[in-house]
Amino acid sequence: MDFNDTPAEAEFRATVKAWIAANAGEYLQPPEKPWGLDDFVARSKAWQRKKHAAGYVGITWPKAVGGQGLTPMHQIIFGQEESRTYVPSGLYSIGLGMCIPTVFTHGSPEIAARYVPKALVGDEVWCQLFSEPVAGSDLAGIRTRAVRDGDPGSGSGTGDWIINGQKVWTSFAHKSDFGIVVCRTDFDAPKHKGLTMFIVDMKAPGVEVRGIKQMSGSSDFNEVFFTDVRVKDSHRLGAVGDGWKVALTTLMHERLAVGGKPRHAPGYQTLMTLAQGIDTEHGPAIAQADVRRTIADTYIADEGIKLTQMRALSALSRGAMPGPEQSISKVVVAKTMQDMAAFALDLSESAGLEVTPGSDLEKLQGSYLWSAGLRIAGGTDEILRNIIAERVLGLPGDLRPDKDTPFSELKPL
Amino acid sequence: MNFDLSDDAKTLKEAARKFLDARAGPAVARRAMDSTASHDAELWAAILEQGWPAARVPEAYGGLGLGADEACVLAEEIGRSLAPVPLLSTMQVIEALLLAGSDAQQAQWLPKLASGEAIGALAWGEGDAKSLAANPAMQLHNGTVSGSKSPVADGQAATLAVVTIATADGPAMALASLDGVQIEPQETLDLVRKSARLSFAETPAEPLGTAADWLKLTERLAVLAAFEALGTAEAVRDMTVTYAKDRVAFGQRIGRYQGVKHKLADMYIKAELARAHALHGCWAWQADASELSQAAAAARVASLDALKLAAEESLQLHGGIGFTWEHDCQFYYRRNRQIAAALGSRAHWADRLVRALEQRNRAAA
Repeated sequence: MDFNDTPAEAEFRATVKAWIAANAGEYLQPPEKPWGLDDFVARSKAWQRKKHAAGYVGITWPKAVGGQGLTPMHQIIFGQEESRTYVPSGLYSIGLGMCIPTVFTHGSPEIAARYVPKALVGDEVWCQLFSEPVAGSDLAGIRTRAVRDGDPGSGSGTGDWIINGQKVWTSFAHKSDFGIVVCRTDFDAPKHKGLTMFIVDMKAPGVEVRGIKQMSGSSDFNEVFFTDVRVKDSHRLGAVGDGWKVALTTLMHERLAVGGKPRHAPGYQTLMTLAQGIDTEHGPAIAQADVRRTIADTYIADEGIKLTQMRALSALSRGAMPGPEQSISKVVVAKTMQDMAAFALDLSESAGLEVTPGSDLEKLQGSYLWSAGLRIAGGTDEILRNIIAERVLGLPGDLRPDKDTPFSELKPL
Repeated sequence: MNFDLSDDAKTLKEAARKFLDARAGPAVARRAMDSTASHDAELWAAILEQGWPAARVPEAYGGLGLGADEACVLAEEIGRSLAPVPLLSTMQVIEALLLAGSDAQQAQWLPKLASGEAIGALAWGEGDAKSLAANPAMQLHNGTVSGSKSPVADGQAATLAVVTIATADGPAMALASLDGVQIEPQETLDLVRKSARLSFAETPAEPLGTAADWLKLTERLAVLAAFEALGTAEAVRDMTVTYAKDRVAFGQRIGRYQGVKHKLADMYIKAELARAHALHGCWAWQADASELSQAAAAARVASLDALKLAAEESLQLHGGIGFTWEHDCQFYYRRNRQIAAALGSRAHWADRLVRALEQRNRAAA
């Protein structure tokens, strides 16, 4: 057992380290104040162009679509080194992580040639339009409708698709150029069978993006309204009615994204430092049993997830697929963040409530608010437990009485 | 990066699992519970033929000279199968000798422990609320020890004990042959792994290492115990998954209900966290790395949490039948307490984990 890179991995890491040291510039230090959204987008685009020029984007993608044709291990090593810095991150994770692989897997060569290179260099930003107000965890229940305008083959209409409906929780929709959108094209088929996936131009007439202000105060998500939005049939991804299968391949690409605690989020060390500085009527907080217990619990969760990722990396490094243990990551990380932040704020008594911008306590307050969203985003705690129980432990799925009924005839039990 | 068991260890694990699937498990545990024998002699003889106690003993002393990985997988499979044999106790004494024994002590005892001619037991508790790190009442006086140790797991079968003794630096170890020592069965919550009260009366004993060695030994043994706990936790979870796929209530297999499946998912989550820390501990032990203090403590705490959850909620998910004498749930529920008490409490190890982190932070500052 060892935690070392193989010689080839070490060589790649050294190259990456040297490149980052030479190119990350100001991002080697934390920013003095938070960036505004437009500044963040501009900085993200500039950084993406640098990475692209150096050959550090699409690391695992086939060379034929402009990728580097390297292994997941290369991707992870680059990500590890990049995450030691404060470079802008997140603008492309959905587009390059999920949308574009779907485009080059299910789109025609012409479509791939049009969209993939510009996404890679970062000139065009993508979003994913899946969830709806009535369909979150139960994604196959979406209602956004796409209707075909005639069929040019039989001489009538344009053959375009006309989209009407509403999507929600769409990250960066307001800064996106394109999106992939899953729509219902057959209301008389059972819910999973009447769906079709399209590429949509976010600047097209009829697309309206409205920001959602989250309870944490920031606005990372949007609602997106579609009113008679026209999409060419050439921009369909996969066959008509195959949208569910296409969506699953999109979500599959999430699996390689080795999730974990958000970059620079407070962890057990934060709690240790805080507890060392607090004096109570029983002496220093760090000496108290419940504080030590919580530090231990937080360490076990945070470090346990890190070590679990190392198990997955060991498999990848051998060229094998990681085991199912990775599936525990988000469900542990989000709840641990929430519990630890609440405990630390409690320990701070009245100071834990006052908001002082830039303070360490403000980071914990932010972590407390943000963790509530993290427990829902990308699969709720409950859905993730279902997935572990069903796919890892082999328990039977929840009964789905709506599975085989035509969508138009569904009635809630 | 290679954060995984060695291929040899994986092969041994698979072989041990197959072997114990065929010869141990709840039915054999029940036979042990109903018997007054110190252990299952037939199973122990078969295990000696496999050479498992010899795993960690150097070849020079008639052993196989294997690594910490191999010891850990054996512990896990014993934990999974509940095998009523004094293997883990013997392995604990072997580890004490490997860590702290003089050449003479190793030469005298390791070959016998490897072959099964001697059976070991670790005797630190004195039936009171003192922790693993507190001085016991027992002292080494003129080469002898007097007083009682209890409960000593596998103490009825043992012929050689590592006992803890009080020193100015805190608890340390002594090695005592159990010839002429009064050994009485000591009832504990665990009805399968038999314990004893050992009463020493000016029994000859030799010092074994220093107080620091004892602390370090407890770290290595905490890693071993973490693997045992993991095996036990996974066994009872697997049993319950099987039950949940079969049992019907309100017209459905109960495994379909989220109230049931989410508990099982939580057992998986806790077990995987524990496995990551146990592997980390195994690495630190094998590499003799300074991280052992924190890794072993984390492995101990995480594995106790995983086992407690699995043992308690598995019985709960079985419903009334799980609470009966005839059902196997009780073996795991009771073993959960045995493993928790055998090597220092959760609170003790959580505190040690934070101490190790504090020490590391001071060293880094």
